[in-house]
Amino acid sequence: MKRVYVNEAWCLACHLCEYNCAFANSGLSDMVLALKGKSIYPRIHVEGDEKISYAVSCRHCEDPICVRSCIAGALSKEDGVIRIDREKCVGCFTCILVCPYGALAPDKDGVMQKCELCLQNSSGEPACVKGCPNRAIVYEERGEA
Amino acid sequence: MMKKYVIIGNGVASAACIEGIRSADRDGRITVISEEKHEVYCRPLISYYLEGKTDLAHMRYRSEDYYERTGAEVLYGRKAVRIRTADQTVELEDGTHIPYTELCVAAGSSPFVPPFAGLSSVKTKFSFMTLDDALALEKALKPESRVLIVGAGLIGLKCAEGILKRVGSVTVCDLADRVLSSILDADCAALVQQHLEAQGIRFFLNDSVGHFEENTAYMTGGAVVPFDTLVLAVGVRANTALLKEAGGEVGRGIVVDERMRTSADHIWAAGDCTEGMDSSSGRPRVIAILPNAYMQGFTAGVNMAGESAVFDQAIPMNSIGFFGMHVMTAGVCEGEMYEERTADSLKRLFMKDDLLKGFILIGGNERAGIYTSMIREKTPLSSVNFDLLKQAATTAAFPAEIRRKKFGGVV
Ligand SMILES: Cc1cc2nc3c(=O)[nH]c(=O)nc-3n(C[C@H](O)[C@H](O)[C@H](O)COP(=O)(O)OP(=O)(O)OC[C@H]3O[C@@H](n4cnc5c(N)ncnc54)[C@H](O)[C@@H]3O)c2cc1C
Ligand code: SF4
Ligand code: SF4
Repeated sequence: MKRVYVNEAWCLACHLCEYNCAFANSGLSDMVLALKGKSIYPRIHVEGDEKISYAVSCRHCEDPICVRSCIAGALSKEDGVIRIDREKCVGCFTCILVCPYGALAPDKDGVMQKCELCLQNSSGEPACVKGCPNRAIVYEERGEA
Repeated sequence: MMKKYVIIGNGVASAACIEGIRSADRDGRITVISEEKHEVYCRPLISYYLEGKTDLAHMRYRSEDYYERTGAEVLYGRKAVRIRTADQTVELEDGTHIPYTELCVAAGSSPFVPPFAGLSSVKTKFSFMTLDDALALEKALKPESRVLIVGAGLIGLKCAEGILKRVGSVTVCDLADRVLSSILDADCAALVQQHLEAQGIRFFLNDSVGHFEENTAYMTGGAVVPFDTLVLAVGVRANTALLKEAGGEVGRGIVVDERMRTSADHIWAAGDCTEGMDSSSGRPRVIAILPNAYMQGFTAGVNMAGESAVFDQAIPMNSIGFFGMHVMTAGVCEGEMYEERTADSLKRLFMKDDLLKGFILIGGNERAGIYTSMIREKTPLSSVNFDLLKQAATTAAFPAEIRRKKFGGVV
């Protein structure tokens, strides 16, 4: 299965991926309308310090502890992709408590969000990857099912 | 030979057991004995239901075609009364005998009601464990109701949150001197209590009901509390009787090993009815939380189907919100403490023997799972930049090669 991978040697910490993610998931077609002057709630975030940086999004784990732990049955695995049913989520944050990568964060209303590889939005392929100026994020197959 | 799997109970541990079995055996026959007359639902959501944050349709744990898809047959409204190990059958209340090749006890727990004097004179009283409890309580609630909840643990307080906006007043009492006494220390509990009081919930802590006289509770501390509706949320007991009578080993819960095997042949157990090893403290205990029920149930299922699975990373952990305040706890609060406080957050990390043993986070919980995974995986603190980690849960504190494995490979 294709996943999003990062190469920290190439990451510029420009945070463009965060903006591209927020835009791709905004449902709007105008980037200015979607982002300008607003707090953004992206499903990918850049971590690190002055020396290293890298973008973190859901690893789509083979054995996803978030899915097993969700108290609302809102998280599920479909064809390898870890999906969230935001209608079912009650915002208990149990998934944040268990995800070893820090890959989930709530939106402004406290409903959980996570990377779904842009398969559900109009981008069609991960917008973070498409927009990364230095190819520090890639979308590719790296072994296993 | 086609195996006959039988599961007692139809909660999350049972669903996980079905999924574990089906990951290894597509054909074996699965029979689920379910005292509750509902398809598997999300038990923790009963308070969210009363609060109007979810509805019955969204409370189902799995899709509508779940039993069809898994081929599990559920006997609704039927109760197992005996496990007969001699002929490997489960006897139901109506006298039916159901044969098993492998049996999983996923019977959960039952509310524990202490013998309060005069309790039988109280007409409108409820437990808060099941969907039917929540529906019955809902029927009794009126905008002017004065509700008394006995028990300031997770269940009592979630109930309080769920109903507060729908009733006249909510009073909570507990014998313990603080709220959430099983997971919070005094300072953290005080913060939560203040927040709940600011919402309008009244507390009697370090106090208990001496006796009831119909709609009045006479507290041992001297207070007199009139009420219309009583909720009993004192505590729960693991349902161990079936296995105990069958000669299996039980403590506070059914004793299971890391494969969820009980001491009885061909009998497995999972979820709130079990007592397994808490890997953070190294001591056996009942860990009555949903993630544990799932992981135990799945592990049991895989092993019942003849493949091999181990679950040896169980730790107590909770993430609960009350009126916008999020409280997260994990592991045990033992050893040296690191603390950070701001106006609206409190972080306490507990370290011992070069390991993170536990934490309490009120507010400020970004990426908390990184801490939790360090407790579960017993990551040596000397192998990470713990000074950085103390301030914020971040994978940047891990050595580069570990990070590359986490983010550059399949996990
Ligand atoms: C109000 C509330 C809030 C909660 N909030 C959280 C939370 O936020 N996070 C969290 O992690 N956990 C929470 N929990 C705990 C969580 O719900 C449980 O850990 C989990 O549901 C346990 O699942 P289980 O399958 O082991 O048991 P259960 O869900 O209790 O299922 C056991 C089933 O077995 C049936 N049964 C028992 N005996 C028999 C018999 N002899 N014959 C036939 N059937 C039988 C019972 O009727 C029951 O339906 C909460 C619980 C409650 C009550
Ligand atoms: S949210 Fe976290 S635990 Fe869940 S699949 Fe993604 S990386 Fe894995
Ligand atoms: S916050 Fe939502 S998705 Fe996460 S565990 Fe709770 S209900 Fe599930």
